[in-house]
Amino acid sequence: MDIKMDLISEDKINSMSSMEKLRFVLDGVKSGNIVVLEGGLTSEEQMKLIELTMTEVNEDFPGIEMSGYPSKKSFLNIRRQARLTVIGPAKTMRTIKKERDLISAVISAI
Amino acid sequence: MKSRKRRKGILPYLIRALFFRKATAKIGIYGPPNAGKTTLANRIVHTFVDENEDVGVPSEVPHETRRAVRRGGILIDLKSMSVQNPNPNSTPKSNSRRGKAKLKLDVVDTPGLATKIDFHEFMAYGLEEEEAKRRAKEATEGVIEAIKWLDDIDGVVLLMDSTEDPYTQTNIVIIGNMEARGIPVIIAANKIDLVDAFPQRIMNAFPQHTVIPISALKGENMEGLYEEIARRFR
Ligand SMILES: Nc1nc2c(ncn2[C@@H]2O[C@H](COP(=O)(O)OP(=O)(O)O)[C@@H](O)[C@H]2O)c(=O)[nH]1
Ligand SMILES: [Mg+2]
Repeated sequence: MDIKMDLISEDKINSMSSMEKLRFVLDGVKSGNIVVLEGGLTSEEQMKLIELTMTEVNEDFPGIEMSGYPSKKSFLNIRRQARLTVIGPAKTMRTIKKERDLISAVISAI
Repeated sequence: MKSRKRRKGILPYLIRALFFRKATAKIGIYGPPNAGKTTLANRIVHTFVDENEDVGVPSEVPHETRRAVRRGGILIDLKSMSVQNPNPNSTPKSNSRRGKAKLKLDVVDTPGLATKIDFHEFMAYGLEEEEAKRRAKEATEGVIEAIKWLDDIDGVVLLMDSTEDPYTQTNIVIIGNMEARGIPVIIAANKIDLVDAFPQRIMNAFPQHTVIPISALKGENMEGLYEEIARRFR
């Protein structure tokens, strides 16, 4: 079985509204893809993504696996910059190691 | 995102803080499934309200709590605590600080946050397939309910299992959301009674946050947690 990986540029992400982003990510993941977002999702967007995922969990789609680097606070904590987020189907993706500066994931074809 | 009262700016916040201080702080107990949230909620109620009242039923089966449960009007009175609930395990702390520590809390025991819920997991605990699927569905609704409650609370006790890897995406997402909303978070490193507990790993993972090691089951260092709650959430 092939596994598709979508590497989404920050420009593409920034052209979408928050809800469009989440829909885009979840649709990709539900069709089996691993989605990597340059620039990533904010904590709030990730929480919304968990919420959206939960409304769509069923027997065939148990949910998502998500990893990413937490946002760094910029000057005076005014803007919180997300960095990189990886989202995949829980069925095939498993985060095996996650540290502040390194994420290892295993993707298994089923 | 919805705009919320607490987002309006510093002045209304100051005015409220100075003149309309809330009589009751609403505290949400959050964390991954099986961290011990219900056990902690029960202990708080047993200690300060009624020895025989339970907020919920703790269970080794994940997602046992599938609805958020709120217990209102709990008076945390640390001065009387050591009398009501003598605890040989807890470390003695300065009495001067504890003397003032009295506050009223609403405690919300929430379902565990997760990014995935697989009904097969429940079957591993001996549930029939139909029942497992029903539970899984309820568990997804529980997660949504827990997230919705975040809009309505004044502080979070984020509970983690000290025997497990704390640096998970859900823990990071909860903390990130609270920081973005300006809601105070206390991390409680639970299950320190277990031999493989490693609360230092939680401190290392979240160095910018206060981490209080406890055992909700055995009652270890509960005073440490209550003092921190009184300090941060009053
Ligand atoms: N050893 C130990 N077990 C605990 C502790 N707190 C909770 N547990 C156990 O962990 C399991 C999950 O507890 P529960 O309160 O239902 O967790 P929740 O899913 O976060 O509400 C139960 O079997 C509890 O007895 C603790 O401090 N020490
Ligand atoms: Mg529970």
